[in-house]
Amino acid sequence: MTTLDVIQVVLFFVLLIALTPVLGKYMSKVFTGEKHVMLPVAGWLERLAYRFSGIDPEEGTNWKTYTFSLLVFNLAGFIFVFLIQLVQAHLPLNPAHLANVSWDSAFNTSVSFMTNTNWQGYAGETTLSYFVQMMGLTVQNFVSAATGIAVLMALIRGIAGRNAQNLGNFRTDLTRATLYVLLPLSILFAIILTGQGVVQNFKHYETVQTLQGAKQVIPMGPAASQIAIKQLGTNGGGFFNANSAHPFENPTPFSNFLEMLAILLIPAGLTYTYGKMVGSTRQGWTIFTVMLILLLAGLGISLYGEYASNAVYGHLALLEGKETRFGITNSVLWSTITTAASNGSVNAMHDSLTPLTGMIAMINLMLGEIIFGGVGAGLYGMVIFIILTVFIAGLMVGRTPEYLGKKIEAFEVQMAIIAVLAPNFIILVFTAWASVSPAGLQGLNNAGPHGFSEILYAYSSAAGNNGSAFAGLNANTVFYNLTLGLGMLVGRFGIILPVMAIAGSMVKKKITPLSSGTFRTDNGLFIGLLIAVILIVGGLTHFPALSLGPVVEHLLMNHGITF
Amino acid sequence: MKTLVISIKIFLFFTVLTGIIYPLLVTGIVQVIYPSKANGSMQMKGKISTGSLLIGQQFDSAIYFTSRPSAVSYNPLPSGGSNYGLTSAKLKALVEERRKQFIAFNHLDSLTSVPGEMLFASASGLDPHISPQSAFLQAERIASARCFNPVQEQKLMQAIDSLTEPPQFFCLGEPRINVLLLNLETDKIR
Repeated sequence: MTTLDVIQVVLFFVLLIALTPVLGKYMSKVFTGEKHVMLPVAGWLERLAYRFSGIDPEEGTNWKTYTFSLLVFNLAGFIFVFLIQLVQAHLPLNPAHLANVSWDSAFNTSVSFMTNTNWQGYAGETTLSYFVQMMGLTVQNFVSAATGIAVLMALIRGIAGRNAQNLGNFRTDLTRATLYVLLPLSILFAIILTGQGVVQNFKHYETVQTLQGAKQVIPMGPAASQIAIKQLGTNGGGFFNANSAHPFENPTPFSNFLEMLAILLIPAGLTYTYGKMVGSTRQGWTIFTVMLILLLAGLGISLYGEYASNAVYGHLALLEGKETRFGITNSVLWSTITTAASNGSVNAMHDSLTPLTGMIAMINLMLGEIIFGGVGAGLYGMVIFIILTVFIAGLMVGRTPEYLGKKIEAFEVQMAIIAVLAPNFIILVFTAWASVSPAGLQGLNNAGPHGFSEILYAYSSAAGNNGSAFAGLNANTVFYNLTLGLGMLVGRFGIILPVMAIAGSMVKKKITPLSSGTFRTDNGLFIGLLIAVILIVGGLTHFPALSLGPVVEHLLMNHGITF
Repeated sequence: MKTLVISIKIFLFFTVLTGIIYPLLVTGIVQVIYPSKANGSMQMKGKISTGSLLIGQQFDSAIYFTSRPSAVSYNPLPSGGSNYGLTSAKLKALVEERRKQFIAFNHLDSLTSVPGEMLFASASGLDPHISPQSAFLQAERIASARCFNPVQEQKLMQAIDSLTEPPQFFCLGEPRINVLLLNLETDKIR
């Protein structure tokens, strides 16, 4: 690593920390209904949305109604995206005359975009029309992110609320998240990205004659508008197959820097919003610190993995699956961030990362996407771990555990356990199944332990709602489309349902005032405990699987063994 | 039932807003302020388009600078990398072969250390850049294939220098050189 590499990394984190309270404060105003700068600009749109759909924005709902509205809304989105793919050949805006999508791939893609995963078994430029990309996928990019934020808001109201039932209103939260947070940032960001060279047009694919006289067909499309929200909403689904490695999606180091910032911006800001809304910004910063420590630890190991010499390639710069303009540091910084944040867009091919760096990416997915995580989703996932930590700490000192003045009882802990186990169950069981079934094995691109890693990564990515891949695995088969689709559903709703149940149970509880006997959740001791619980739960669950994949591959590579 | 109707209506609202109005609005704005970039940074040679500055091309002729290896042979439909793991024996063999080929093609000393990007395929398969070092290693072969005199060869070296893009804003990314631009410039040397 050179000094310049270090400067880029430091600059990135300084900006992230500086922007966290700015955006966080703004978002807390948006969701508590205070006055904010976007009201004069987009307030009319919000009123229009309510009038058009017949929503009473002030109507408070209990957790069951809130969750039911969420599920129905998501189902509507799923059905729409599924159907338009099946008939895209008959729809407008299909200049490349792409055929209808197969049912299993359409199922997988619509689940994937509804659940904020954006796993892609298909290649965008040769599969989906502009119509599907815009009307189907761009829309889901927005509303799946807004759904994540809405669930977090309901949980916060559950924790901080004193009003026996009211968790707010799903449609109000959804509308505000989209209109005041996601949309304005996306418009701004899409314009800046185009200034760097990202394409944004409705032209036909362009045929050019290369300098050597060969024919090259260059795909076009409304990419910038989708890429902006794909990063800001921690979606990650590329307009083109190579995702953010494609020069039309990420043309310069500056676009790369901004896209990385966009990935973490809202999840980081939400930690501050959380602190603000539960009445203590220290609580928010505590969570932020835990996330940052885990992220930096992963980044350090990842950089070491890529820069250390190895027995197969010696000191050669390992640029397989990396772009010249980004180099190693920016590729590794991205791979760490995108897997920590449940984004899943890539600017380098993760399949070609060193075993150690690939393993960190996998661990980020396996810990449940809580290191910043998806917008909203990362933080409500982290609260699950906080509940476990408070519970364990309570057991150790023999006192009723409480968090922010509310008692944590058997029901909350049961729900938290379900939320932790559901995605892990998917990862382990499906990986085992795919590793021994012909349908699973025929998709492999690599032999030896790396082949196993491809499968393990795929299910970790699906269950974590991340969407990145060891992309050598050919997952566009009925087997993978269905099992991964199911994995994404469990990874999303297997957490949302228990979280909403916790919110519904917490909101009814009385707040006990702070006393000298209260176990503090905003100091260094708690940071240490929380990190320990996260690593122990994740480690106990996944260490055996990891040792069959990246761990053994790392050891073998250091002996110069290839497959 | 009421929930269903409201859900469908609000979904419709967002589909129109974020699926139609938003992309059209952005397209409208950028087509005015960044028309060339929004349309793919196409490079015109006279009246015909010779490709996009951002999308790499295959160069294997001795009179041109060679691009990086590409898993899709610079065919953008679809883009992508090789996805070989580093313990792949196929990848190791490919790297060895590319090293030998690069050295032979450019008449270099057999012990020359070839930069990583000329041995490894890019992520997109469309990487438009190589490092300045890789360009310099190829310069002599191009000069001799084009029968350049010393003055022309000097111009070639200057072209590499002047087309090298430093890290953006002094600190972002890697120094790099656009192969298509460099080859267009090389064609101009008389």
